[in-house]
Amino acid sequence: MDTEPRFFETNGPGTGGVVGQPLNRVDGHDKVTGKARYSAEFPQQGLVYGVLKGSEIAKGKIQSIDTTAAMKEPGVLAVLTHQNLPKLAKTPNSPEGKKAIGAPMGFLPLTSDTVHYAGQPVALVVADTFERATHAASLVRVQYAAEKPLASYQDPKAELFNPEKVQDGKTDGFTRRGDARAALAAAPVKHTATYTHAINHHNPMEPGSTTAVWEAPDRLTVYESTQGITRTQKSLATMLGLPLEQVRVVTKYLGGGFGCKGSSWPHTVLTVQAAKAVNRPVKLVLTRQQMFTGMGHREDQTQTLQIGATREGKLLALVHEKTSTTSPWDNYAEPNSRIINLLYACPTFESSYKLARANVMTSTFTRAPGEAPGSFAIECSMDDIASQLGIDPLEIRLRNYAEKDPTNGKPWSSKSLKQCYARGAELFGWSKRNPQNGATRDGKYLVGYGMATASYPVHNSQGTARVRLYADGHAVVQSGATDLGTGTYTVMTQVAADTLGLTPDKVRFELGDSRLPTAPNSGGSVAGGTVSSSVYVAAQEVWQKLKKLAIADKKSPLYRAKLEDVVVEKNRMVLKTNKQKGEDFMALMKRNEMSDIEGTGNGKYGAGYESGLAAGGADSGHQDDMAGHSMHSFGAHFCEVRVDAEFGTVRVTRWVSVHAAGRILNAKTARSQIIGGSIFGIGAALMEETFRDPNFARYTNASLGEYHIPVNADIPEMTVEFIEEHDPYINAMGVKGIGEISMVGVSAAVANAVFHATGKRVRDLPITPDKVMGAMAV
Amino acid sequence: MNNFSYTTATTAKEATGARKNSVQSAFIAGGTTLLDLMKLNVEQHPQLVDINMVPFKGISETTDGLRIGALERMSDVGENLLVVQQFPAISEALLLSASPQLRNMASIGGNLMQRTRCSYFRDTAFPCNKRNPGSGCPAQTGDNRGLAILGGSAACIATNPGDMAVALVALDAVVLLENSKGKQRRVPLLDFHLLPGTTPQRETVLEPDELIVAVTVPAAAHARKSHYVKVRDRASYAFALVSAAVGLDVQGGQIRSARLAMGSVGTKPWRALEAEKLLVGKPATEASFQLAAAVAVRGASPREHNRFKVDMVQKAIVRAFQEIAA
Repeated sequence: MDTEPRFFETNGPGTGGVVGQPLNRVDGHDKVTGKARYSAEFPQQGLVYGVLKGSEIAKGKIQSIDTTAAMKEPGVLAVLTHQNLPKLAKTPNSPEGKKAIGAPMGFLPLTSDTVHYAGQPVALVVADTFERATHAASLVRVQYAAEKPLASYQDPKAELFNPEKVQDGKTDGFTRRGDARAALAAAPVKHTATYTHAINHHNPMEPGSTTAVWEAPDRLTVYESTQGITRTQKSLATMLGLPLEQVRVVTKYLGGGFGCKGSSWPHTVLTVQAAKAVNRPVKLVLTRQQMFTGMGHREDQTQTLQIGATREGKLLALVHEKTSTTSPWDNYAEPNSRIINLLYACPTFESSYKLARANVMTSTFTRAPGEAPGSFAIECSMDDIASQLGIDPLEIRLRNYAEKDPTNGKPWSSKSLKQCYARGAELFGWSKRNPQNGATRDGKYLVGYGMATASYPVHNSQGTARVRLYADGHAVVQSGATDLGTGTYTVMTQVAADTLGLTPDKVRFELGDSRLPTAPNSGGSVAGGTVSSSVYVAAQEVWQKLKKLAIADKKSPLYRAKLEDVVVEKNRMVLKTNKQKGEDFMALMKRNEMSDIEGTGNGKYGAGYESGLAAGGADSGHQDDMAGHSMHSFGAHFCEVRVDAEFGTVRVTRWVSVHAAGRILNAKTARSQIIGGSIFGIGAALMEETFRDPNFARYTNASLGEYHIPVNADIPEMTVEFIEEHDPYINAMGVKGIGEISMVGVSAAVANAVFHATGKRVRDLPITPDKVMGAMAV
Repeated sequence: MNNFSYTTATTAKEATGARKNSVQSAFIAGGTTLLDLMKLNVEQHPQLVDINMVPFKGISETTDGLRIGALERMSDVGENLLVVQQFPAISEALLLSASPQLRNMASIGGNLMQRTRCSYFRDTAFPCNKRNPGSGCPAQTGDNRGLAILGGSAACIATNPGDMAVALVALDAVVLLENSKGKQRRVPLLDFHLLPGTTPQRETVLEPDELIVAVTVPAAAHARKSHYVKVRDRASYAFALVSAAVGLDVQGGQIRSARLAMGSVGTKPWRALEAEKLLVGKPATEASFQLAAAVAVRGASPREHNRFKVDMVQKAIVRAFQEIAA
């Protein structure tokens, strides 16, 4: 069947295609005019408002709750507590619940009198207006039997343990490749360093929200701010004991998520139960303060990395240890070791995790979970070793370039890291770097250059899409994906347009509804590759049907042609040997009195054209390439900082990122995404830190006034480029995804630039002025 | 936030009278701090008296200096030519404050009354002696990175948060107050804010029925040559880690008069009188400024997370003096 396209090929200038082009966002107009509805903006008949009251204490038992004053307030319909919340069919920590719902919900507030963390919901007030519900919530009086909480692994009383698995059971608590300890002991160059990372919160612009509408006693619609409608649907159906199809989840637009909307969280099911209790649709939007305890965070953590190397800077051993805080019910730790194991050629490796249970809401995926803090450790250590051995930081990375995946010996499906280094260095002017640390001064500023490598895996994922092509020349394309705001609507419109031979204005792409074909969570950078491949494969099914129709149609120029001799050019089917002979789909469909035609497709990880699956339909049964190649994106960041020589304030003054992530679907949205991720990383590097009081285990800066994220004045012009890759293995579109890689290595690039500027190494994120000033004084 | 009534006052008498009748009520001008604190349930007022129609406006040159109406907005004062030219530290402090949106709302009187950003004060789940006298001060052993190293007590180490008051106190500003009987009094800004001692809930000398009418600042050579340096965690829209407002009158290389106040290090805008005295007659050199800076932080009592302020504020002082002496 070599006549069938197995891989998307019509890209690029001259082909007339729009994939890869910097198309403006198709949803831009709706967003700026307010027509786009975010999840809390769907009007409902008889809608009432839910407001959560959080626990004042971090550990203990609820002795009593006095709701009298709250209930007396005008407009108040209900005050739900653990004493009167409607019972769930299955709790999240039941065996069924654990399977369907995931770790963050291992403990569900309002189902017992236990308080595990400060801010834990202890009551949910429902009233006819948001203001009345908010005020009534402040009148709920809770008596606690408070116990002394534990705030973090750093508390001397913390009991550390080695988990068998971390991060939802996905990563081993202990990993070993060769004898790293022995190799380390024998290595001529040794480097040991300890890195700490502050608690970070995602803080998407749009907070978490749920609008729960019981359409019938056994039929529910939820408008939810989530990165994964399928996961939300499954978890709610399980907890409520409803068939999956009786629960509909809608998420049309998201104002960011960064991982905090990638799981099910308590407020969703609590709102659903509140709607049941008051028999009205209920809307609940988390406050900014509640976002700090309602949807996870990046955990506080310490990493110690020991490296053994030759005097030429070639790695011999990597030994990594991580200690972090987790919640009383979960074993979440970001898998930092993954990238440390993978980034460079090194014959031996060992990693271990230690956790302490503290009185905190559980931590969760935060943009590049594991890769972001893991890269901080290894990329700072590599920089140190380079400095110690008098090797240029870029050169030491080239000396340790991994030509195949060091973790399993597999070849890469594609890797263009060398090109990223070269292009980034050229754009940045890396060759002008002064080899001496702390030797470049401009007035009151010390100037430094830093760089770091980025990498992120292409995760195993699959999804489905449906294409409906109409005889009048337009198409509706659907997939139950979500658009975090990064451009899913736009890039899928482009893919559908090119695969169907239409202009983008003739394509409507629909997403964000569990009634649509299922798609994966928009997380782990999988949406771009999986959904685009699904669309592509679905479009191929449409063309197959049309070709069959044409060759059986006496009036078609293609009548009696062999199926394999017919190829598609734009919106026409033509003979491969004589491209003049053929017709467009509209003529064919109209003649056959066919108003529309539908195809579905299954986009799969590992199903690129070399693996022979891409053209197959959902059930074609081809083998994919999951076992054959290691699939990762790579990139490099280059950073210039100016450090105030007295105050230690650090400002990033130049930035260059070059990434190779397979096919780039839209040059403009991709650039924006990389810029966004880099700024996210600069925030983590220089200012983001949630402070948990050591005595109260309660956050002290749960607001955007006190939790600093970068403002425009902190960010320079950013240069972003891509190295285009044609990866024949990952998926039908050859798309690796760019959601996470943009922030991997960023904090290291900044820290390395600070090191170059000052000659002092700060290993404790964020790199605030006090730490730099302190380091410079030593 | 509790329910409250809202009235508009068009004269000072109406405003102060309303508050005399209900001590729990609050004046509202820009509302940039008040509304936050009410939403957080830190403050619960049964009544808000809107004073925006009260004619406390105008930025004018008087016979002996500058007069700023209490209801002038931070942005207008910061960009006023007279202030920019004759009192640059005040302009700089204002324009380095908050964000343009907040500066367009916030009034000068309100800014002097701005309450601390101490996290424990702003979250009612925590004990706090300022908010709930006698309940304790978790800041002493908790999140005290932003808190005071000077003027604190066992009851409270909350920092006075603003920028403008630091510049004003350095330049001998006087606050003009008026009470419900129409009686006016003048209080040097230096004496306007109170140290926490054992009563951190009392923050200023303002009586319940008094309203800030205006702020005056005497013209002086050291005011014309004044400067404000602010160090913060990000480039804009952040409270200071430390700040310094300085003024200098130098003739023939010798300092005739000096002014120095520090921000974000004290429980009130912190004037360093001794350091100023020490500078008089000294050469305007880095060595002199360093000496003054060391004197300015004498008696500092840092906590676990704010030790850096002792060094950093000295550097800010030297930087500020050096930049105007140059």
